[in-house]
Amino acid sequence: MKPLLLSHFTTTSCIGRGLDQTLEALRAGRSGLARCAFETVDLDTFIGEVAGLDAVQLPSHLATFDCRNNRLAQLTLEQDGFTAAVHAAAVKYGPQRVGIFIGTSTSGILQTEIAYRKRDPETGALPDDFHYSGMHNTFSVADFTRRYFDLTGPAVAVSSACSSSAKVFSSARRMMAAGLIDAAVVGGVDSLCLTTLYGFNSLGLTAAQSCRPYDASRDGISIGEGGAFALLEHAPEQLDNDAILLLGVGESSDAYHMSSPHPEGLGARMAMQAALDTAGLSPRDIDYINLHGTSTQSNDAAEGKAVTTIFGTDTPCSSTKGATGHTLGAAGGVEAVICALALRHSLLPAGINTRKLDPDIRLNYLLENRSQPLKRVMSNSFGFGGTNCSLIFGRAD
Amino acid sequence: MQTLSAYIDGIGLLGPGLTDWPSSRAILAGKQPYQAQPTILPLPALLAAAERRRSGALVRLTLATGLEATAAAGVDAASLPCVYTSSGGDGQNCHEICQTLASDDRHISPTRFHNSVHNAAAGYWSIATGAMTPISVLCAFDASFGAGLLEAITQVAADGTATLLTANDTPYPEPLHRVRPILDNFGIAMVLAPTAGPNSLAKIHVSLTSEAARKLDHPELEHLRLAIPAARSLPLLSALAQHEPTQVILDYFEHLRIAVDIAPC
Repeated sequence: MKPLLLSHFTTTSCIGRGLDQTLEALRAGRSGLARCAFETVDLDTFIGEVAGLDAVQLPSHLATFDCRNNRLAQLTLEQDGFTAAVHAAAVKYGPQRVGIFIGTSTSGILQTEIAYRKRDPETGALPDDFHYSGMHNTFSVADFTRRYFDLTGPAVAVSSACSSSAKVFSSARRMMAAGLIDAAVVGGVDSLCLTTLYGFNSLGLTAAQSCRPYDASRDGISIGEGGAFALLEHAPEQLDNDAILLLGVGESSDAYHMSSPHPEGLGARMAMQAALDTAGLSPRDIDYINLHGTSTQSNDAAEGKAVTTIFGTDTPCSSTKGATGHTLGAAGGVEAVICALALRHSLLPAGINTRKLDPDIRLNYLLENRSQPLKRVMSNSFGFGGTNCSLIFGRAD
Repeated sequence: MQTLSAYIDGIGLLGPGLTDWPSSRAILAGKQPYQAQPTILPLPALLAAAERRRSGALVRLTLATGLEATAAAGVDAASLPCVYTSSGGDGQNCHEICQTLASDDRHISPTRFHNSVHNAAAGYWSIATGAMTPISVLCAFDASFGAGLLEAITQVAADGTATLLTANDTPYPEPLHRVRPILDNFGIAMVLAPTAGPNSLAKIHVSLTSEAARKLDHPELEHLRLAIPAARSLPLLSALAQHEPTQVILDYFEHLRIAVDIAPC
């Protein structure tokens, strides 16, 4: 594939608003996870909550989009000059030539959960201030983003569970390659809600403490919330040395089980290999892998097998979910931006919380930050329903 | 204006009064009367017995129409990348979860939870057919069919690969039905290919336009088109059924629509 330029990017999660705070937290090895005190949830688990979302105010003409997910989207968009960059792209290419591709799994379902608690006792009707299309529907956050920027081109929500906002890069790449658009706002936003907290708990997959990816005694995930956005453009001939490029995308399906990965990581392996193939790279060209690393027994074991099959045991890797929590549909986007930060700042981020590596998974898993120049990195995202996506990012120099 | 081309090699269709593509063809061409009746959903034979029994409407729609389209195209379902689009998820499942979470006992079943993801039916499609190919899983509210068509046609154009497009919608129960009234279950699947094959029905050229979406002359089918997002595909199906060169404008977003030029094979 032809490399695409990430001309601007930003992320907001429980470790910080925007790039500076995110980088600082990664450098300090700081986790944003804390004991769950969210809404009316009574579960004994740790979560990654973004502070201050209740105070975010949407523009008045977008009032029917007001829900936690779109507040998080707006808070994320407002960091690092991202809004100005998209407006400039809309002027440069025309508002119909900038596509919108946003990954989400929760959308604003929290608003529906609350609305169900407020049903009319007589009629069972949802309250009048509940707006299905702006709050509940999966497309809501993509529609919000589209209207926030006054863009009029193609727009879509990608919703393939935890691979959602990795797969947006693939959809955007194809539409740009096909010539329907010149640039794309890609990203992912997922916010805390009862469905995911009680749902993962029902599967026995939520950890009692902060999650410990790849640890011998890992016992489950910590659910987080987060947003991430990138502006994709065709790469010009002249690039800054530290320009960040999307070099490869690989996708596959497990065709195995709705909520368990293929035990040998077969689908994951296919996605990683496809990403290498589209980038025209071999495994030794990859300097760091940001693992999906959810911290469940089966996910980490399957991914570990897949990674060692392709890369052997030397390639440095880690999961940053010990810092951010698993931001579900936003994870691919958040971790893509972490990869871009790693490339730009020569930082191989350690996996936080992990102390004693699982001896059965033989990876070069980073327990401490490492500082060294990086040229190309891979980010893995694997979701329920067996949807897998691997991305490769690189520096222009 | 950029135009993208593909061949339509097979169609699957299931909706109110529409039981499959061959029998719907005469209705959509205006040669047989349309008789409205609730959509009949077949059990998905390819799934294991327990999954088959538990399968919701969305899974049944996806499997029935996807298998009809791939069989008509004469291709192995497992070999095709897939574009799956739905204007919502499994409405019944979503309702049950929200109801439970609003009650005193918030214990939701693991199966309910993993069926709550928007890509659940797409996941069952890959499990049932053994397709380890990529699946794009999309939602664009009322524009979901248009979004799926664009994703599929860019896959054909940019990567030169045949693709299965499947668009499915199911109704919500109350109280969500009142705020999102979807009439009935509706599913449409299409195999799109970069080159002509022995089963090609038509060649289509797709571009973006600001022209108004084509309405259907038939009042009941026009009602269907507006009452179910996946049925926004009906003008395209109707034109294909008439088997004459023509152009249709499909609904997408306000001020942005999809022009499809159709040349029958």
